Amino acid sequence: MSMAPAARSALEVILRLGITLAVTAVLLVLLLVMTGYDPDASLRAMVNGAFGSWYAITSATFVRAVPLALTGLAVALAFRAGLLNIGAEGQLLAGAAASTTAAAVLGGTLGAAALPVILLCGMLAGAAWAGIASVLRQRFGVLEVISTIMLNFVALYAVGWLVRGPLQEPTQIYPQSMALEKALQLPVVLSGTRLHAGSMLAVLLAVVAWWWLRYTSSGFRLRAVGLNASAAATSGRINVARVSVLAFLTSGALAGLAGSVEYTGVTYALYENLSPGYGYTAIAVALLARLNPLGVLGTAVLFGALQAGGSAMQRDAGVPIALVNVVEAVIILLVIAGDRVRLSSTRTANTVAPDSVPERT
Amino acid sequence: MTHATTAASPPALALERVQKSFGTVRALHDVSLQVRRGTVHALLGENGAGKTTLMRVAFGLVAPDRGDVLVQGEIMRNHTARNAIQHGVGMVHQHFSLVPAMTVAQNVALGEHGRYDDGRMSERIRAIGERTGLVIDPLARVSDLSVSAQQRCEIIKALARDARVLILDEPTAVLAPDEAQALLRWLRGFVEQRSDHAVVLITHKLRDALEIADDMTVLRRGATAAAGAVHTFTEAGLADAMLGPGDRTRAVESEVVPEVTRHTDSVGAHNVVLRADALTVHDARDVPRVKNASFTVRAGEIVGLAAVEGSGQAELLRAMCGLLPLASGRLHAPADTGFVPEDRHRDALMLDASLTENFALRDAGARRGRVPWTALANRAAQVLKQRDVRAESVEVMARTLSGGNQQKFILARALDDAPSALVIENPTRGLDFRAAAAVHDALRDARDAGIAILFYSSDLDEVLTIADRVLVLHDGTLREVPRERATVGRAMLAAV
Repeated sequence: MSMAPAARSALEVILRLGITLAVTAVLLVLLLVMTGYDPDASLRAMVNGAFGSWYAITSATFVRAVPLALTGLAVALAFRAGLLNIGAEGQLLAGAAASTTAAAVLGGTLGAAALPVILLCGMLAGAAWAGIASVLRQRFGVLEVISTIMLNFVALYAVGWLVRGPLQEPTQIYPQSMALEKALQLPVVLSGTRLHAGSMLAVLLAVVAWWWLRYTSSGFRLRAVGLNASAAATSGRINVARVSVLAFLTSGALAGLAGSVEYTGVTYALYENLSPGYGYTAIAVALLARLNPLGVLGTAVLFGALQAGGSAMQRDAGVPIALVNVVEAVIILLVIAGDRVRLSSTRTANTVAPDSVPERT
Repeated sequence: MTHATTAASPPALALERVQKSFGTVRALHDVSLQVRRGTVHALLGENGAGKTTLMRVAFGLVAPDRGDVLVQGEIMRNHTARNAIQHGVGMVHQHFSLVPAMTVAQNVALGEHGRYDDGRMSERIRAIGERTGLVIDPLARVSDLSVSAQQRCEIIKALARDARVLILDEPTAVLAPDEAQALLRWLRGFVEQRSDHAVVLITHKLRDALEIADDMTVLRRGATAAAGAVHTFTEAGLADAMLGPGDRTRAVESEVVPEVTRHTDSVGAHNVVLRADALTVHDARDVPRVKNASFTVRAGEIVGLAAVEGSGQAELLRAMCGLLPLASGRLHAPADTGFVPEDRHRDALMLDASLTENFALRDAGARRGRVPWTALANRAAQVLKQRDVRAESVEVMARTLSGGNQQKFILARALDDAPSALVIENPTRGLDFRAAAAVHDALRDARDAGIAILFYSSDLDEVLTIADRVLVLHDGTLREVPRERATVGRAMLAAV
């Protein structure tokens, strides 16, 4: 494929990113002024918290970007297949819970192989959690937008039960699991920081996903189903149901992996608030990246910085993190609105009479 | 035909020096049109000539940049559909605007005020039926209606609002020949019923226009190319006006049934490529749509399938290329049998993907490993050139192509690599006849190259024009009939 459209879409991504950043900054200042905080000090705390030092960049921003990238990839893949998987949060929690269970069962038995097994269990659990929505879709025509968002709550409360029941730490005081032993933790890749090997995994998977969608036959089938399922079936002889199920499971596996990586790389224990809504922010991450897996890496860092900065702002300037959440939500709306505008403008710019036949009875 | 307009009565609908541009594209350039009371006015032109835009101006959906719209002599100041309806203008769009899940009565009531009452609305619809002969069950769900009944419902919707000027956009395109005849007869009756009635018929079928209209206006590239009473036109003159000079032979060839040179030498001389033995096919709801159909298609022949819409042809065609399972019977069809579905936006193209990607779609289901993008792009570019598909490059989105070029592209994709057989469904639907002629030429070339072609068109004349042999499907029952218009027509309606 020639470079022209690719270059144009890259330019568009950068432009959108710029606009988003500008709007974010303006909005944040506005909110700070309105709520009576000193915008100068607050923003300084925020920028320092996200980018102020090598440690801030690697241990705050990048560490938060890892689960965002993995769930962002999950959402992007599903959306590319035409599946509105809003359930990355639930799949992430399912992954974390499964990894916790696996770690508890395995203990020190498998040695070096234990960690990969723990991660794999998380992926399988995420896939299974997504699989429920997929089966509901294929068998009963239940819209996945609804089922996946519902399953998020089921997962959240299931984790709540687990950490007060079967998986609770031995003293049975705190609603969380036993701390993960050192040997089963993801290694830190940059000494002196908290950046763990999950970051490598995220980058690797983003590249693989990009390559897969662009160059492989099965990746192309996934895109074709997302672009026009009916044409994929009729003109491409593609088994649409199979592609949809596979895409859904893959998406769930990626989100599940995000949970496993967060557990083995950051929290070392399972508890209810393990994820501050990574799976929801992932939707914005994916959309802002225009569903491009490589773009997801960039937008994940952006949102990671926002969250890291928000925490720092709360810590150092006393500004509640809710303010950052408001900004995040506005960005999501902006991205969705921007997409709508872009879509409707391309639709109206080409008012080719649709040649669809009136519905046959 | 009546020409009873007195100087005193204003035209039912008049458009005066209408101009309209969309961005930099000038859609209408100084177009005037007078629809006399009590007449049918045919509006002709190629795809994109501006017919529909002009009538959207008349119906208030599009505000003109300059120029006036007058209804029964009264100038329309507000360019809104509501105002047009109040003035007694009704429009039946090419793509119906009905709510499938609602009943006929509910659809007719849409947009009215006050309380809705099933009984009262049904009564009104029955009264319209008695007055005009448009009979329909008011309580039937629209999704259960045939296309022609849906069209009746659209017309009744307009009549329920007291429409005196009816604008119909390509109304016969979706109808079987007998249904089209019935509609045209009805329109004739409508204009003769009251002195202030009139009909504007947008069409690209010369036959329909010549048969029913009193006056004609021909648009070409947004301007009036010809206008006048129908008896002042000949088919040849009309074709000239529509296409501009120079393209007439092709146009007439594709539009009017000619005695084509039969391609007899190959029949019987070549191998059977497609063979159906007692095929029975059910649709998605498990209703049998094709019963016990047996036929063959040989290499190097075009077998035409004629059928009234909904006779089971969609299911038969899809079963022939493996897209629908057989309920019983045996099918011999080569694995590389190509299929060109009628609804290109729904079933053939990914509109927001590049032409290369759309080209790659053909073998997407079976391809393994890496997609050879470079080879595919080169091949697609070659094919575009070979088949005269007008596109900037293979990287443009399929959406940016005109309907004719999209169809040429789809056909080129299906014909690439010379498949043994091709199944093709309504390939010229919605195309102007220049594009239609190009499609026909491509099919004839493919046949001459030895491809076995099964061809369905809802336009009987098109089947007769292009087919070497003709099969007729009536209510799921298939038989072969001699290639004569009257015989085929009767067989389609089962009037044996």
